[in-house]
Amino acid sequence: MLKGKWSISLLLVLVLILSACGANGGNQGTGAGAGESPAASTEASAAGEKPAEPVKLLNVSYDPTRELYEEYNKAFSTYWKNKTGQDVTISQSHGGSGKQARAVIDGLKADVVTLALGYDIDSLVEPGLLSADWQSKFEHNSSPYTSTIVFLVRKGNPKGIKVWNDLIKDGVEVITPNPQTSGGARWNYLAAWGYALKQNNNDEAKAQEFITQLFKHVPVLDTGARGATTTFVEKGIGDVLLAWENEAFLSIKELGPDQFEIVYPSVSILAEPPVAVVDKNAEANKSTEVAKAYLEYLYSDEGQEIAAKNYYRPINETIAAKYADTFKKLDLLTIDGDFGGWKAAQEKHFNAGGIFEKIYTPGS
Amino acid sequence: MAGAITTHLSSEASKRPKHITEPALVRIVLITIALIFLALVVLLPLVSVFVEAFKKGFDVYRAAITDPDALSALRLTLLVAVIAVPLNTLFGISAAWAISKFRFRGKQFLITLIDLPFAVSPVISGLIYILMFGAQGFFGPWLDSHGIQLVFALPGIVLATVFVTVPFIARELIPLMQAQGVAEEEAAASLGAKGWQIFWRVTYPNIKWGLLYGIILCNARAMGEFGAVSVVSGHIRGQTNTLPLHIEILYNEYQFSASFAVASLLVMLAFVTLIVKSLMEWQMNKRASAQIV
Repeated sequence: MLKGKWSISLLLVLVLILSACGANGGNQGTGAGAGESPAASTEASAAGEKPAEPVKLLNVSYDPTRELYEEYNKAFSTYWKNKTGQDVTISQSHGGSGKQARAVIDGLKADVVTLALGYDIDSLVEPGLLSADWQSKFEHNSSPYTSTIVFLVRKGNPKGIKVWNDLIKDGVEVITPNPQTSGGARWNYLAAWGYALKQNNNDEAKAQEFITQLFKHVPVLDTGARGATTTFVEKGIGDVLLAWENEAFLSIKELGPDQFEIVYPSVSILAEPPVAVVDKNAEANKSTEVAKAYLEYLYSDEGQEIAAKNYYRPINETIAAKYADTFKKLDLLTIDGDFGGWKAAQEKHFNAGGIFEKIYTPGS
Repeated sequence: MAGAITTHLSSEASKRPKHITEPALVRIVLITIALIFLALVVLLPLVSVFVEAFKKGFDVYRAAITDPDALSALRLTLLVAVIAVPLNTLFGISAAWAISKFRFRGKQFLITLIDLPFAVSPVISGLIYILMFGAQGFFGPWLDSHGIQLVFALPGIVLATVFVTVPFIARELIPLMQAQGVAEEEAAASLGAKGWQIFWRVTYPNIKWGLLYGIILCNARAMGEFGAVSVVSGHIRGQTNTLPLHIEILYNEYQFSASFAVASLLVMLAFVTLIVKSLMEWQMNKRASAQIV
């Protein structure tokens, strides 16, 4: 009997220790955010301003923006603190663009979304999370930075890949994520489609033939852009990665210019990753004002500079001129001009029964 | 199970008479096979985790495991285990008791239900909670109007973990308690023992090893679960990322050493659990032999 009690009490002690860790942790966790608030509010009231409650923002974003927003969030909270005296803590969540939109629809309380393409934010309109005219709320179609699709090849370009047509040469393996889950992959696909149309005097049948050929050269479809990059860069699969320009630059920066190089295709697409305040969540969180400022500040000189440093093309002309060496001028198709907007493109190519479903058979 | 192993390790095994032990050659071959296999399949990968973790030096290692996001992931993982394991212990003992000591209708159904989480993919285990408690789910609108956040927050992660780890303790105890039957409890009852007395003095000493083993398995899975938690987590850094999710994030951000550093943390948590188990076994054996003397 004694020994029974003994072992149970040992178990209990273990549980208590663990829960103490947990509880302490919890306090620390909230403490870290709230810890600075008393100082902040006294400062603010001493200065005669309105007392500023600390506020939390959740930015739900797509895969490759991890490094961008890590830097931008620091810059914004400093800016906001100096401007209003209010503390703002920004949390991040990253994943495939379509998957992230789905999580927000299912109740992930994002104050702002910064996704890979407009269609994914459009999908938040129907559940009543934001209004249909969200894309007109910020300048430049609510896209504070742009990017494009490039080829990342192994050093020395052993397969001699220069143009889109080289991708369907014998023995070339192409890595791209799945257009049905990844935003970047949809840009990849449309860039290829746009190229094929241009090559063939807008003959859709020939474009479809090209895309079919292209996807026959894809050995594996990852769900997100970062997964595809890891497949190409880490696992060493494939001869060419169709990648976001920023993702391609980042791979070279992280893993060394002695391993990879970027090839700019003659034709690519202007990718506009848009941003939006999720009105319903921001209202519930009483963060509408700071959420708006958060996205607006992306257009400021500092925001543009951070975007450029993280290899996103700034829309501000002055900053863009400063980084002209990095970002090559390209002949870029646009989603609205060449594809009739995201809704039409999505329906035609990526929805159930669309062209992608017809041309892609796994393992063929 | 653990009990069986431990008792065989105790002294009488080595004192077996010669004519019923295997020849030396057989013993050596068996031991070698077991050791080589364990070294290749278990030890080598574990060692490589630590090698990879320290590849870029101790500073990188320390920075990785003291990063606020890593600490928050550690806290969340421990907190989830601390809630999920006792809940499942309580449930496991009650279920095993009910199934092995009573007769009732639907017993088989209950056993099947307990096994269900083993049978379904962890992704499904996560999705069912999204379907029930997500904003578009059955209870979503009601929860939302009352300002309750279940999925993409701590409660959802705990629920998914509890679901996935339900079978561990119950499954460990049911065959054990069934094999022991009800004779000892009936004897105790006929001698006038009350319910709790019977449990502590008769049932508990018989099942404690199985229970301990179940708790350890349950705890290991609760801390290591990836699939189900990934679905309900929302991946908010510093808030809803558990250790396994944090490891994946670091890996995807080209921080390979850091991701292995955090992985080594998870491995060490497992070691702590095993050390606690061994300590308890040692203490109990000491007491047991003291009583015999």
